[in-house]
Amino acid sequence: MKSKPRFLKSIIGTLLLSGAVQASAADQTILNTSYDIARELFAAYNPTFEQHWLDKTGKTIEIKQSHSGSSKQANAIMNGLSADVVTFNQVTDVQVLHDKGKMIPGDWKEQFPNASSPYYSTIAFLVRKGNPKNIQNWGDLAAQDVALVFPNPKTSGNGRYTFLAAQGYAQKTFGKNNEAQVDDFLGTFLKNVSVFDTGGRGATTTFVERGIGDVLITFESEVNNIRNQYGADNYEVVVPKTSILAEFPVAVVEKNVKKNGTEDVSREYLSYLYSEASQRLLAGFNYRVHNDVVKKEFADTFPEVDLLTVENIAGGWPQATKDIFTNGGKLDRLQRR
Amino acid sequence: MATHLSAADTRPRHKRVLPGLSLSLGTSLLFISLILLLPMTGLIMQSVDMGWDRYWQVISDERVVASYKVTLWAALLASIFNGFFGLLLAWVLVRYEFPGRRILDALVDLPFALPTAVAGITLATLYAQNGWYGDILESLGLKVAYTPWGIVLAMAFTSIPFVVRTVQPVLEELSPEEEEAGMTLGASDWSVFRRVIFPALWPALMTGIALSFTRSLGEFGAVIFIAGNMPYVSEITSLMIFVSLQEFDFAAASAIASVVLMASLVLLFAINLWQARYLRRLHGRS
Repeated sequence: MKSKPRFLKSIIGTLLLSGAVQASAADQTILNTSYDIARELFAAYNPTFEQHWLDKTGKTIEIKQSHSGSSKQANAIMNGLSADVVTFNQVTDVQVLHDKGKMIPGDWKEQFPNASSPYYSTIAFLVRKGNPKNIQNWGDLAAQDVALVFPNPKTSGNGRYTFLAAQGYAQKTFGKNNEAQVDDFLGTFLKNVSVFDTGGRGATTTFVERGIGDVLITFESEVNNIRNQYGADNYEVVVPKTSILAEFPVAVVEKNVKKNGTEDVSREYLSYLYSEASQRLLAGFNYRVHNDVVKKEFADTFPEVDLLTVENIAGGWPQATKDIFTNGGKLDRLQRR
Repeated sequence: MATHLSAADTRPRHKRVLPGLSLSLGTSLLFISLILLLPMTGLIMQSVDMGWDRYWQVISDERVVASYKVTLWAALLASIFNGFFGLLLAWVLVRYEFPGRRILDALVDLPFALPTAVAGITLATLYAQNGWYGDILESLGLKVAYTPWGIVLAMAFTSIPFVVRTVQPVLEELSPEEEEAGMTLGASDWSVFRRVIFPALWPALMTGIALSFTRSLGEFGAVIFIAGNMPYVSEITSLMIFVSLQEFDFAAASAIASVVLMASLVLLFAINLWQARYLRRLHGRS
């Protein structure tokens, strides 16, 4: 009889204690708003930064994570989500925070090295074991009986990169002025798509779980992660010789950090991504990095690719959005049947 | 004796449980305004500053029009399917006693409780080429997942409770005396159903089908996972709205949304008018 109240008391005591501990756990808190598939990456990065910040300033910091499609996140921030930093997978989603939200300065790309993109990736292919359709390059994807899976360029940054990469390949092969032939290739390429999922993870599910398609086209980092997760024996990674530079831009949300008083720690949070230790961590998650030492260490993982930029292919993101992806743009024209 | 005294005879005629009409009506109107009308006005307002030309251009875009067709056809097929099977299900639940009836009854609400995205993913898993049903259907030459049929399937799944739940209470209230009268006059089972039961059920069934139809027009989560989303073939209107939102084009999104809203409103009003007229005729009070 006596043990019961004591038991209850101890539970309540523990709860109160843990609550108290939690309340005083960190001197400061910041919120990192990020894209969907970066959850594991930042879950690994945050503890290392928390330690770094403690060593440097003697203060504790707690980092909260929020993950969703990066356009959705940009919307949420403009609607009042008090994010301190953004780590996105699309330049346009950061740019909109300046253009429409007036929350970051226009020169956000100059605030951190490499156009504020601490790591990058490219678009690669995942094929089934033995590569039965013998896919080596973009040209093979427009063959007659190849079924492709990649997310809808209309709803996914991942899909937009894929489309632009294919266009870059075609421009290189047929000549940039040979627009008719480039569009012809892109039209065939689009006709080979069997499912248009709305996001990268959806496309992965379609290819891996539902067994649809011969090729999954997505970020190189995702391709390698899938292969690690679903068994290296079932799939093969093909990195085409020509592909696109996919930047993963970061920015401090000036308007929010001023209000939250988290300016210093937010800036440090992003610059620490460029440190050698962090770059090694990023490379471990199959992202390409700029640090020369780490680059050498991981040379085997990342084959040499001729990386075209969005500027090269379509004159930059604003131009690409206007010409290709907007309503009635090139993408719509090519898909018309 | 008690059965002869209906509730209306025993109770004072205007006993009020809630305080005063003005207060309860006022509260209801306030909440309808806050929860329904205000968001809708907000939706319309977002597309107001775009001008008629642009509005028309957005809603009559070739690809968007293709999505209307796909959505309408799929919603129509799904609600007709639900009309048949929802009625059957309601009938079985009301008219028969069997073990597990309560469980089956509870299961009917599952599509409402389930997040629609989960429903979509589950359906896609089952009906994909390598799924349980998909495997069998494929061998019969039928492809469901990633075709417009997948859209019909997802819509039917998410909206079948509407039919069951509108028909069920009417079926329960139907007095057995009328059926017995029909039987004693020598009518066959089929003609009792056709002449006695069905006319009484018809308005509820139509309401159920209409609700199922309007719900299907707006369905998003369940559909996009199984539709394949191929332009001009299997893109639904909600996806077009979603696409506009992704492009930060809120005006275009609300313009397309307003079309769906209008269609649903017109349909619901039409059904309500028709139902009122039908009921008047049925009870001979025209």
